[in-house]
Amino acid sequence: MKIPTYKTEQLKCWNKAKEIRNDFYKNYANAHENGGLRWAGGAWSFGAIPAGLGDDIYPITGEPYGASIAFDKELSLRCLEAVEKRGYARDLCSYMRNYWGSVILDEYAFGGKFPKPDFIWQDHICCSHAKWYQVASELEGGIPTFCIDVAVGPYTEVTDNRIEYVVNQMHDGIEWLEKTTGRKYDDEKLIEAVHNECRSTSVWAEICELNKAVPAPLDEKSMFSLYVLGTLEKHSKKVADFYEELLDEVKYRVENQIAAVKHERCRLMSDTQPPWGFLKVFRYLEKFGAVSVGSLYTFGLIGVWEVKEDGSWGPRTTPKQKGIKIENRDQALRILTDWNLSKPEWQHFYSPHLKSDMMTRIAKEWKLNGIMLHYNRGCEGLSIGIAENRLALIDEGYPVMTFEGNMGDEREFDEAQTGSRIDSFMETLGLEMIE
Amino acid sequence: MIQVGIDVGAKFIKVLIIKDGNVIAKEQVSTGFESKENAANLFKQVLQKTGISRDEVNSITSTGSGRKVVDFATKSITDVTAASKGATSLYPEVKTVIDVGAEEGRSIRCNAEGKIVDFAINEKCAAGAGSFTEAMARALEIPLEEFGVLSLKSDKEIPMNAQCAVFAESEVVSLLHAKTPKEDIAKAINDAVASRITSMVRKVGFEKEIALIGGVAYNTGFINSLETDLQAKIIIPDDPEYVGAYGAALITN
Repeated sequence: MKIPTYKTEQLKCWNKAKEIRNDFYKNYANAHENGGLRWAGGAWSFGAIPAGLGDDIYPITGEPYGASIAFDKELSLRCLEAVEKRGYARDLCSYMRNYWGSVILDEYAFGGKFPKPDFIWQDHICCSHAKWYQVASELEGGIPTFCIDVAVGPYTEVTDNRIEYVVNQMHDGIEWLEKTTGRKYDDEKLIEAVHNECRSTSVWAEICELNKAVPAPLDEKSMFSLYVLGTLEKHSKKVADFYEELLDEVKYRVENQIAAVKHERCRLMSDTQPPWGFLKVFRYLEKFGAVSVGSLYTFGLIGVWEVKEDGSWGPRTTPKQKGIKIENRDQALRILTDWNLSKPEWQHFYSPHLKSDMMTRIAKEWKLNGIMLHYNRGCEGLSIGIAENRLALIDEGYPVMTFEGNMGDEREFDEAQTGSRIDSFMETLGLEMIE
Repeated sequence: MIQVGIDVGAKFIKVLIIKDGNVIAKEQVSTGFESKENAANLFKQVLQKTGISRDEVNSITSTGSGRKVVDFATKSITDVTAASKGATSLYPEVKTVIDVGAEEGRSIRCNAEGKIVDFAINEKCAAGAGSFTEAMARALEIPLEEFGVLSLKSDKEIPMNAQCAVFAESEVVSLLHAKTPKEDIAKAINDAVASRITSMVRKVGFEKEIALIGGVAYNTGFINSLETDLQAKIIIPDDPEYVGAYGAALITN
């Protein structure tokens, strides 16, 4: 097989992404120093809503925080063991266990004691989401908690009544926020945050769409460090502006054939969260000239998509791009609800077939040669139906490799065995190590 | 043309030599802790025995979980490729290769040209592999060589934990305390391993003909259980534990 060689270079905005992430965790920890407030909740919670309380409201989102702990194997192990000592089962969500462990140990992964949130603002789509913060609240001595149920079915079946069900909870939630914090709510700030959320999640989808190019301008390992900003503060101007800057850079890379992987000759995708302590698995692929160009996870966890006129997948057109002016709170909440209910990674909670369809679409449109599925024991929600997805992809003619592991509990990941599995998979694809 | 295949498995290292298309030597030794030295020494011994000098060897291909320790190999391939190449070269009609060694079980589906279409390997646990049977034979206090034959004397179906060697061993102890005949327990163990392997085979899908390779292919009781589960006759090559080394020897630079 001919080995192509492309130009490669580091992303220019890489350090800025790191800076935004560091500031996020620092701002949360230091919020009280300047009279601000802290809130905790999931990466999928409607962060645009608490933004209406003021510019000094700082969140910490549980999943990326749990992943950050997982990356630090020593801390993660102590967190997991602390949780097990309290009697919680080892097969629960590993992000959640890392988070709880951090609270129990009273250690913040970014230094110092764990900064206690002033309130918890969560939504509920997977089995762990509401329970996560119910326990977190108890562990921290009773933090006021509000949770919005968003499990109203797949987007194709959403009706006005179902939107109403979510929006009504949001209205209640705003009253609750005012009562809990003693602050007056500012609808203009909510409207701005909703616009920012639509912008950031649509632009992220556009960035991912550019990875249809050969060679791919981004590899998935790098994308993990970029998509994460959307899981931290997708409603913030800072993140939306950063994604626009990144979009320009990725466009430049496509135009100039700047590749993520120098010898790209095989395009793959993964699925579900990676084993965060072992991201080098993705670098190992590069030795064969293989690049993971993304996944439904990196594309659709925060990216919001729509089917374009030509039938392909592209970024969802934002309300602003459609010329819609958001006039009031109710309209903002309806747009926010509709926007989030269309999120790809929310669809397969209702049927694995919906996920198979999206994965097959990615395999075709992103011109893949094979697929690596992570049977992730750490996340029940995203792993549900993954064996069905495997069969569907095989039926479509794609070679599929599976490996078992855990996104946040390194004790359930076997690095040598996974490496050996990749070797076998590469051989079946006819690829030998280049370097 | 002289081609060498070296299969460094979890339990045994196998060296096989092909000269002008014919297998002229095959030897094995326990892998032990010094797998690198043991592989090199076995290779030297086999060369001496056959009167072949190192310079006459055209290719040395290593495989197996310890393939990387063979630093004098000219090529290295995975167990999956070696197993499929070996089995489909011996039996071109084979489309499904089941390889059960000491620590791993794998199922490989090939197309008519012998190309791998899909494969599955057991995860983390040896319950679906030879070491599981070995541990159970120890618990029953019967020699491993007699285990398969003994189990064929039973026609009982006793359900057993097919997922975990530790739990299964405690079940064996309970059955012994309940005065269950050893042949019934041996059959229950073979049925349990076969059930686990069958699940993996069905995961990748199987087409006839089916070949079973690896050391566990000597266990006649296991073969019987597997054939019953799959409702198919299984081809067992001569010297099934050498098929991986044979496949490796065939793949040269």
